[in-house]
Amino acid sequence: MSTLSLTSAWSITASANPPRAAYVDHPLGHTAGRPEDRAGQQAIIRDALGLFESITASGAIVPVESDWGAPWRAEARALMDHRTPRHDDPQYQTDADRDAAAQRHGEELACAVCAPADVPAD
Amino acid sequence: MPSTPPADIDVVDYIAQTRDSYAALGYDAYRWADNPDPVPLTPLAKPLAECRVALIASGGVYRTGQVGFTHKDDLSHREVPSDTPTEDLRVTHFAYDQTNARKDPNVVFPLAALRAMVDEGRIGSLASHALTFMGGIYSQRRLSETLIPTLRARVEAMGADVALLVPV
Repeated sequence: MSTLSLTSAWSITASANPPRAAYVDHPLGHTAGRPEDRAGQQAIIRDALGLFESITASGAIVPVESDWGAPWRAEARALMDHRTPRHDDPQYQTDADRDAAAQRHGEELACAVCAPADVPAD
Repeated sequence: MPSTPPADIDVVDYIAQTRDSYAALGYDAYRWADNPDPVPLTPLAKPLAECRVALIASGGVYRTGQVGFTHKDDLSHREVPSDTPTEDLRVTHFAYDQTNARKDPNVVFPLAALRAMVDEGRIGSLASHALTFMGGIYSQRRLSETLIPTLRARVEAMGADVALLVPV
């Protein structure tokens, strides 16, 4: 199957070496565009999809038109660890999401540590 | 083909940033995926405008009512119907700033943009569901042996012709 990766981390993608990649020059966490910028998001995806047709050699990473619009690189290069603790029970954006999952799938699946195969994909 | 960044883009080297940050904090070096040999390029089997596209994203997106992801090597995935409205999408992840992803999940999960591409005729259709997971999985072996075969089987079962992969 033909695949295309979107990336804002050139060196990581070059190391993993997927067959096709589109580089988006944004800070991490915004590979598919700026928030609430539907036209800009669509422009990135429109350009990136073209690489399914235009890349002819495996391993190519091709920049697509993308401008974050504000300075961001100094913060991205700062030596720090952005990670938060790695909880081993399901994490939710909001408490209401946890309640909704518990109502639909039961408290045990929604809140406990389960084997991946036991967690419903829907 | 060499994948060197063009000189006019001041690319941030996140491998170097992570290496130096971990060293400064006294952590062991992170081991990135390193695949020097290119995999074969699979050409499109039909014009893009006729292709069914599957979205696979690692940003920790789920739909309201679905079970959230754990933040410790979670090898499960979620299947989000491709017509899900943006306001029903949520994000949980431990390793990137989710401020904007929670404001608009389309920044890491371009479902709205892909629907627009169907409307434009740029692509033929979307697979019935987008596949998502929480990509902070530290075992490449378990990823390769467990999650990736599952995702591949689901994409094929949905009759997708191509897959768009969106890591964070």
